[in-house]
Amino acid sequence: MDIDVKKVAMLSRIRLTDEEAAELGPQLSNIIGYVEQLAEVDTTGVEPIAHPHDIAMPQRADIVTNVNRRDALQAPAPKTESGLYVVPKVIE
Amino acid sequence: MPFSTLSELKSRLDAGETTAVEIARIYLDRIAEFNEELNAFVDIDPAHVLEQAQASDAYRASHEARPLEGLPIAIKDIFCTQDGPTQCCSNILKDYHAPYDAHVITRLKEAGAVLVGKTNMDEFAMGSSTETSAFGICRNPWDTDRIPGGSSGGSAAAVAAALAPAALGTDTGGSIRQPASVCGITGLKPTYGRVSRRGIIAFASSLDQAGPMTRTVKDAAMITAAISGHDAMDSTSVPNVPTVDWLAACDQTDMKGLRIGKPKEYFVDGMDSGVRTAIDTALSQCEALGAEIIDISLPHTDAAVAAYYVIAPSEASANLSRYDAVRFGHRCENPEDLLDMYTRSRDEGFGAEVKRRILTGTFALSSGYYDAYYIKAQQVRTLIRQDFINAFEQVDVIATPTSPVTAFRLGEKTDDPLTMYLSDIFTIALNLAGLPGISQPCGFSDGLPVGLQWMAPAWREDLILGAASAYENATDWVKEPAKFGGKA
Repeated sequence: MDIDVKKVAMLSRIRLTDEEAAELGPQLSNIIGYVEQLAEVDTTGVEPIAHPHDIAMPQRADIVTNVNRRDALQAPAPKTESGLYVVPKVIE
Repeated sequence: MPFSTLSELKSRLDAGETTAVEIARIYLDRIAEFNEELNAFVDIDPAHVLEQAQASDAYRASHEARPLEGLPIAIKDIFCTQDGPTQCCSNILKDYHAPYDAHVITRLKEAGAVLVGKTNMDEFAMGSSTETSAFGICRNPWDTDRIPGGSSGGSAAAVAAALAPAALGTDTGGSIRQPASVCGITGLKPTYGRVSRRGIIAFASSLDQAGPMTRTVKDAAMITAAISGHDAMDSTSVPNVPTVDWLAACDQTDMKGLRIGKPKEYFVDGMDSGVRTAIDTALSQCEALGAEIIDISLPHTDAAVAAYYVIAPSEASANLSRYDAVRFGHRCENPEDLLDMYTRSRDEGFGAEVKRRILTGTFALSSGYYDAYYIKAQQVRTLIRQDFINAFEQVDVIATPTSPVTAFRLGEKTDDPLTMYLSDIFTIALNLAGLPGISQPCGFSDGLPVGLQWMAPAWREDLILGAASAYENATDWVKEPAKFGGKA
């Protein structure tokens, strides 16, 4: 299958250089070509599963359990100011 | 002493023959001497290790010892720890310090363990050889020209070379069992939902599970006893599950009445003849111990790798979207705008294999392909799970090789991603079905370790711990450590 690797990369929010695209494109086609063998499996009437166990996920009681740890949680951020995350200007 | 088991170290500590500090120094000395060659650890802080050991000795002096009191355990770089860096062996998380401990880290601390460093791994656990690590390759102590397996290769190499007596790993498609197999140690993947995933950097959330990598089956049980149990903060950690008497399960010395399934799909052409011989011999020994070997079929095995390489990358592409250069992780220099910041930071931060998986997953989830790939793979996952349910109506446990081959050479499979993917062929189905599995040493092929894999129904780790313990007790494989750095 011919895959537009740059388009998929943009959906993934990864910029690829031309060299990377030239290398990853054929590899991606190979991988997708391999997984296409799934089409040969008869799955008529088979329910898809997203999770290995046949159980509902439990819910916690609706009570606040966390304390304010803003400084600790923001410490790994590349750029913060006054408790806010700073990113390049979005609106002109 | 470095090649001692956790149980032996515990006995010596309990008898007052040694201290946690003395034990910590032995392993720190070995790390200082041998890690440069192996690169099993990507971070080590000796002072912090000794502080924990001192605290453990102090605790023991005035309290009853906790289950893992003073025992060193190496930690894969995928577990968030408040102390030291957590980098997932990726440049996108370079120098990241987690603001909280993973649930299993808290549990190990509560059990008195001494946490040692961070071990090397494939970047974001995506790989089978630890060669995709952003922090350098890791070497197999049995033959340093060969891979230690992956993704938990650093943990496996550390235990095999006795740089630590035990380690923690994670297993998404075989990442505990396959490195354990090729490094000649024991590795347990618990039932999905047995161990909390909170604070484990997510790769594929419906498949990831943490577990121990150790010298012996009992050591694996000791660690699992400490880390398992419901965590209200992880909604995929399952409450009210059948409990296992972890240590008692390891007292088994025979296999009388045990029905072992031998699936024909796991004994295929193309597997290493030495691996086949070792497994056949092991199964004969099981028969001698009283087990009945029953030929079974898991008919959808052939489709497991394909289903996995749709499901795991799809979940990864969603999970790894969090690396947006806003809240944590690498940000590129002087971004022109928001889109440039996202796309360039992610290009610079992720390695080639991680990009391949994100792209594969994004493609499988994209409009027009979702049904043909993602939904189809989930339907095949149902069939694979049903194969196991059917098989476990006839047998108690299933035994297979962990990997069709022994440790391959460094660089041998890096040129072709698909060949690398196929090295997980015997471990992947278990993750798709969410079942427990263990790999233990069962011999050698051309001087390299071979692993025997046991599988059980969900929540029945006791069955595979019992069978593996009986096999271990009847054989001497765990008494043959890697000839690396000398025996002591």
